[in-house]
Amino acid sequence: MHSGISMASTWNRWKKERESQIRDLALTFYTLRRSPLSVIGLTLVGLFLLVALIGPWIITHPGDIKGAVHIDQKLKPPSRAHLFGTDEVGRDMYSRVVMGTRLSLQIGLIIIFVAMGIGVPLGILAGYTGGWVNHLIMRITDIFLSVPGLLLALAIVGALGPGIKNAMVALSIVWWPGYVRLIQAKTLALREEAFIEAARSVGASKLRIIFSHILPNCTSPIIVKASMDMGMAILFAANLGFIGVGAQPPVPEWGSMISTGRNYLPDFWWMATFPGLAILVTVLGFNLLGDGLRDVLDPQSRGQIR
Amino acid sequence: MMDPLLHVKNLKKYFPLRKGFLEKEKTYVRAVDDVSFSIRRGNSFGLVGESGSGKTTVARAILRLIEPTEGEVRFEGMDICRSSESEINEMRREMQIIFQDPHSSLNPRKTVFKIVSEPLIIHEGLRGKKLRRRVEELLETVGLKSEHMFRYPHELSGGQKQRVGIARALSLNPKLLILDEPTSALDVSVQAQMLNFLESLQRELDLTYLFISHNLAVIRYTCDTVGVMYLGKIIEMGEAEKVFSMPRHPYTKALVSAVPIPQAEQPETAILLEGDIPSATHIPSGCRFHTRCFEKIGAVCEEREPETYCFPDGSQVNCHLFKSTALDDEAGHGGGSGKPLETKDR
Repeated sequence: MHSGISMASTWNRWKKERESQIRDLALTFYTLRRSPLSVIGLTLVGLFLLVALIGPWIITHPGDIKGAVHIDQKLKPPSRAHLFGTDEVGRDMYSRVVMGTRLSLQIGLIIIFVAMGIGVPLGILAGYTGGWVNHLIMRITDIFLSVPGLLLALAIVGALGPGIKNAMVALSIVWWPGYVRLIQAKTLALREEAFIEAARSVGASKLRIIFSHILPNCTSPIIVKASMDMGMAILFAANLGFIGVGAQPPVPEWGSMISTGRNYLPDFWWMATFPGLAILVTVLGFNLLGDGLRDVLDPQSRGQIR
Repeated sequence: MMDPLLHVKNLKKYFPLRKGFLEKEKTYVRAVDDVSFSIRRGNSFGLVGESGSGKTTVARAILRLIEPTEGEVRFEGMDICRSSESEINEMRREMQIIFQDPHSSLNPRKTVFKIVSEPLIIHEGLRGKKLRRRVEELLETVGLKSEHMFRYPHELSGGQKQRVGIARALSLNPKLLILDEPTSALDVSVQAQMLNFLESLQRELDLTYLFISHNLAVIRYTCDTVGVMYLGKIIEMGEAEKVFSMPRHPYTKALVSAVPIPQAEQPETAILLEGDIPSATHIPSGCRFHTRCFEKIGAVCEEREPETYCFPDGSQVNCHLFKSTALDDEAGHGGGSGKPLETKDR
């Protein structure tokens, strides 16, 4: 009885303290819901995450992921037994595409997090410190940005040797400069804000200003960029797989699946089509969601060059 | 005689302007160019002047939010310009500022509670219930309700935001409060309310104010002493009532005459100054006001910078007009720096 009352009062206090926060979130969600494209993006991304999550339980031929060979089943068109048909050694395409989702999610997340982990601290350091530190960091960033991303990634994988891990390393190296640019610009703008001066005037340390004033104000652009980059990172990883320097068969990676399927076009169209559709839907979903989020979270940057 | 709480002497702040990297000659924006004044405990000192005259730069240099180029700022006898970072941080408990724009001076990502509690966490290490109680007290002092505690700044009105800024400034029990145009961003209806509130706050908490404004009426209403700034320099200083009822410097005369008077019967001719305030990168030679002055006496105005002339009533003026009339004391030959004025006890 007693604990029930205190729990209720704690709950009430919690609710009161976060009332404004909850209202803000609700408003964000409401605005997002009003734009049909954002809803489509959200749905596609939700579907992608769901499939990645429950993948192992909805596939029909678990053995085919690892590279089982059923020559008697090879190149069968879509049917009830094989929803997306089978490939050149008789593996179930449906199972492989579904498991590719999980792999793509992994690739995307790792690339984005590594890129953010390198880019955000460097961006804040450059923007907040200014002077020669800023120049040094930004010029190095410029060097990376001046080389087309995929080309640079290709060169790095070429040097490290093909494979899914090396592809992720290469893409992370290509990806972080974008975050430096974004965060440095944002920090430069924030540094001149009156509330930063107010924080200095009450004696806040540099670290405190960075972590409790600058970083929280950078979250919106980071979220927006990350959600857009997620699709792009998956696409780039698939590109590397397609060229043959990314994931190696029999790993069920969409890019390398298309690459194999390409040899069997157009008679055995299903081999390249389904992984291709998976990439299309995923990248489209993340891009639409990113656009929608930008309109809601960061309306000023609309129409700017990313 | 009691020591003044704040004593500013020959304060200068030049911002270097980078031209091109081949050009050797460096130019400076002389935002604050030799400013001296002092404020006694419990008094209010007002700084008036057009926008761009360097009022806010003075405030920021006093708090050392920017490094002064030259000069001395003594707070309770301690020289702020020559103190270490940690000493400055200690001193910042005693000196707080309220910013011009209440909206941009509050972090949009933080609730009122977090904004007001920040100084308490930094300086007093308060946590949990104690912190909460203290924040509640502060909000009550500035007239905000506890329901505002967990709101974000964008959910508050301009006046409420300004009160949050005041609560943050008061949280460390400062002795000196710098008010940088505290009313200019507020609705007219809220302005008077805010001024009354600031006045009662001063009485209750025994605060000393440095009041910065371009609004003469506000300064006249709130301040004991006033300094009129033009292009980075104080050109007239004295008791607020006297300066405004009997302005001496032509610039002050122009300012005072420009204040609209409600009575229609008094057809006082307003003095209209010609042209804009000159750029602080190219401050005119001699008297910096001579380009717009309507009482110019001749070549001396363009050639020599006027000295500070002091009057028996404690006022001081930087103008060649008063060479003969003013009290011919030492400060008269001091060469522009001027003797810091000290107001009489009331």
